[in-house]
Amino acid sequence: MRNNLKFILNHTMKAKVFVTLKPSVLDPQGKAIHHSVELLGFKNLADIRQGKYFEITFDDGVEISDARETAENIAKNMLANPVIEDYRVEITD
Amino acid sequence: MKFGVVVFPGSNCDHDAYHVVSKHVGQPVDFIWHKETDLSSFDAVIVPGGFSYGDYLRAGALARFSPVMESVRNFASEGKFVFGICNGFQILCESGLLPGALRRNAGLHFVCRHVNLKVENHTTPFTTEVIADKVLSIPIAHAEGNYTCDDETYNMLEENGQIVFRYCDENGEITDASNPNGARSNIAGICNQNRNVLGMMPHPERACEELLGSNDGRDIFSSLTKAIAQVEAAA
Repeated sequence: MRNNLKFILNHTMKAKVFVTLKPSVLDPQGKAIHHSVELLGFKNLADIRQGKYFEITFDDGVEISDARETAENIAKNMLANPVIEDYRVEITD
Repeated sequence: MKFGVVVFPGSNCDHDAYHVVSKHVGQPVDFIWHKETDLSSFDAVIVPGGFSYGDYLRAGALARFSPVMESVRNFASEGKFVFGICNGFQILCESGLLPGALRRNAGLHFVCRHVNLKVENHTTPFTTEVIADKVLSIPIAHAEGNYTCDDETYNMLEENGQIVFRYCDENGEITDASNPNGARSNIAGICNQNRNVLGMMPHPERACEELLGSNDGRDIFSSLTKAIAQVEAAA
């Protein structure tokens, strides 16, 4: 019981932020990877695009709504360049 | 007249810019550490090339948040001259001082060689001293120089004469073969609407001495010097 309580109080909330190139932006790195993957023998691949993934761990006790808002702001203001990139935030706890 | 050269952790063309201003432009120049915020003694600020913050996240993305950049933004809004070269261009785009973004070169390689540049607008403070139809030979050295913007931004740049330099062949023709990095419409350098902020991927500070293969870069620095002198004379 005590262990369960400790788990509930100390659970860590994380935000996963995915940054991807806008569909209209060419991705030469993704193309190079695609080409190499095909050389490895993998078939039926229409496209490969490269993106970035970030994990943000919050302090204990942060509310989920605050965590989401904070992660969205971090993504919008720094992790993604809105000229060329989109982002998506997932909260896990 | 006084020039400033911003120094971020990872800047590596700061001394080149300093050298050119002091030796060839013949004007006072000081380094500005990125944590400084007082730019009141300067008439022009150079944001130099290099790898600020190791290019972590995106080239120029973290330098944008250095304390000095808020001051550079205010400095630019006062109409004073800001000149971003290579990584400096990337930083100015990330900061929103110039539109668009610089992406990984289309060929993925770091490209380091002399390129030919056509001056598309001779009326900016950075280009008045370049004689008409002169093709500039200036080196590039970058992996992220692929200028990208949406159609709306591109049309705005065209209409306002903000496209200042394009990659061209030795005769001044804009060709695909002369585009080293896949930049949209061969764009090598742009300015803001007010013409007081310029960013370019090529390194004019590396082309101010015959010994280095070209002194065409001097035309750009002498244009800027003349523009500052005109502002001083009008004050």
